[in-house]
Amino acid sequence: MVTNVTNLSRSGLYDWMAQRVSAVLLAAYTLFLLGYLIFNPGLTYAEWQGLFSNNAMRIFSLLTLVALSVHSWVGMWTISTDYLTPMAFGKAATVLRFLFQVVCGLAMFVLFVWGVQILWGI
Amino acid sequence: MLSTSLSSEAGFEQVKACLQNPFAKLVLWGVLSALLYHLVAGIRHLVMDAGVGESLEGGRLGSKLVIVIAVVLIVLLGVWIW
Repeated sequence: MVTNVTNLSRSGLYDWMAQRVSAVLLAAYTLFLLGYLIFNPGLTYAEWQGLFSNNAMRIFSLLTLVALSVHSWVGMWTISTDYLTPMAFGKAATVLRFLFQVVCGLAMFVLFVWGVQILWGI
Repeated sequence: MLSTSLSSEAGFEQVKACLQNPFAKLVLWGVLSALLYHLVAGIRHLVMDAGVGESLEGGRLGSKLVIVIAVVLIVLLGVWIW
């Protein structure tokens, strides 16, 4: 049985589901924001600031930040386990893959915290 | 960009001015195009997860559809940005 510790959760199926659920949420947020910008040409600062200080939008944005972290972790993990393999890199593959995942994880966390700070500070 | 645009009236104007720059528009268009393509292809994956379009023909049709739709959206996006 393949034992794997760097994937997001206990089982592959859970990751598979988490990626789909987060994808739907990310799609909803993207479409909402793009729609908002398209249908509000000549947006003023007051409207823009008002949008992001609205509680529902704050929750939606924070939820999206979490979904983005989950989605990107599962996605990058999938890519790294597909391509950074012993077949391609021999013995060094495992170390290379681990470093790749650490960098992705760090970037993910930094962006997440930054996002929360922005939304928090309004 | 987000934090500057939300920080103050001046910040908002600064981001707006920055987005007038053609190079910024090009970068924005590039990033948003990649996102749109990813979104369309992702939706196709969700459709396939639901069991639709998993045959050879269905898959081939699906991929062509994704490319056509993505190209159309990316062109529209370009028009909107420029």
